[in-house]
Amino acid sequence: MIKTDALIIGAGPTGLFTAHQLKIIGLDCQIVDNLDKIGGQCIELYPDKPIYDIPAIPECTGEELTKNLIKQIEPFKIKFHLNERVDEVKKNNNNWEVKTNNGTKFTAPNVIIAGGVGSFEPRKFPLKECENFENKSIFYSIKDKKIFEGKTVSIFGGGDSALDWAVELSKNSKVNLIHRRDEFRGANATVNKIYELTKSGKINLFTKYQLSGVTGSGNLESIEITNENKEIKNLKTDYMLGFFGLIMQLGPIANWGLNLDKKTIEVDTEKFETNQKGIYAVGDICNYPGKLKLILSGFHEGALAARECFKLARPNEKYRFEFTTSSKTIKNRLGVKSD
Amino acid sequence: MTKIIYIENNGKEHTVDVENGLTVMEGAVQNDIPGIDADCGGSMACATCHVYVKDDWYEKLDEKSEGEDDMIDQAYDPKKNSRLSCQITVSDKIDGLVVHLPEKQV
Repeated sequence: MIKTDALIIGAGPTGLFTAHQLKIIGLDCQIVDNLDKIGGQCIELYPDKPIYDIPAIPECTGEELTKNLIKQIEPFKIKFHLNERVDEVKKNNNNWEVKTNNGTKFTAPNVIIAGGVGSFEPRKFPLKECENFENKSIFYSIKDKKIFEGKTVSIFGGGDSALDWAVELSKNSKVNLIHRRDEFRGANATVNKIYELTKSGKINLFTKYQLSGVTGSGNLESIEITNENKEIKNLKTDYMLGFFGLIMQLGPIANWGLNLDKKTIEVDTEKFETNQKGIYAVGDICNYPGKLKLILSGFHEGALAARECFKLARPNEKYRFEFTTSSKTIKNRLGVKSD
Repeated sequence: MTKIIYIENNGKEHTVDVENGLTVMEGAVQNDIPGIDADCGGSMACATCHVYVKDDWYEKLDEKSEGEDDMIDQAYDPKKNSRLSCQITVSDKIDGLVVHLPEKQV
């Protein structure tokens, strides 16, 4: 059981800056995120897109913003638990006990949910029967590419993941690439490579086709694809891969006894606390009158929630407001020399 | 005001008046029509305001925005007449527009 003053759920910009605010005032914290990297939506959805409304930063990309936030909390050596999704949050006396899907357990008086719009999960095939083959013959990510050697693999999608894997797997497997239209959104070089491999017969390309059926007993044996003109093709296949991007699910957060409004959590605007004492929500996931889903709002919300955390983590101490420009204590925490 | 007709996947019909200049997505959200999530708030960064435009209407709408099809690739069960409702601006020109909502958005 890991003990900490505040557990942050979500390693997006709001979670990162909230960690900064906690450490500045002398509290300990750790961060859990379902993704395999730090940065949340900024890194997953728009790493290269410029952002123009971060105060004092005229323009920066999602990736640059993330890098700078990581640099800003670097002195604090904060522990991250990536690739883990928080499944359970339960009250135990004055603490919250938190458990992830990997079995990691935390106990903390404060839990700060900086979960954006929930956790990212792969978009799956709409066809119900696909569930029967999931993780056996149908995958949405690849852990071990060796299993596809010498087999027939049908890949669906038109983005970089689909195209990159089609190119890679065509070396040792028979590859069918199926996409709902004849334009791809992957990098130009990769798209050209796909056309080359199609010409040389390494890839069977089916555009304007979508999945309409799957058959097989136990393992997948063949799939049926249909185009706009209702023309049907049956393809023998051992494996099927779907790369339709990621969707955001509120996930287990819905079961923690919090007041929800659609996919957001209701908070007050003084301490950004939920209806549960010691659980806060900040950033895109919180909701209050006038809420703006801006990164700058998340920074403000995290700063205020952090101050409230102090009361529960240090019940016998008094929090004293200090500026980073003048406080010797804060400079010590940051590891910078004071004048 | 322009009349927009939203038809849920279960067949339930909602006819609402939407102010010109808003998007078809905003018209749904403001009128509490279930089936449009609009997670990203209309910035074309998700595909959770996905609708199927009734066939004869599809051609009458303005062309898709740049990048809209890239997002539709990532929608639930995209079809030939798929659009993101946040990219359809309401005007007199589309009075009576009929959109069907998919079984689900995520």
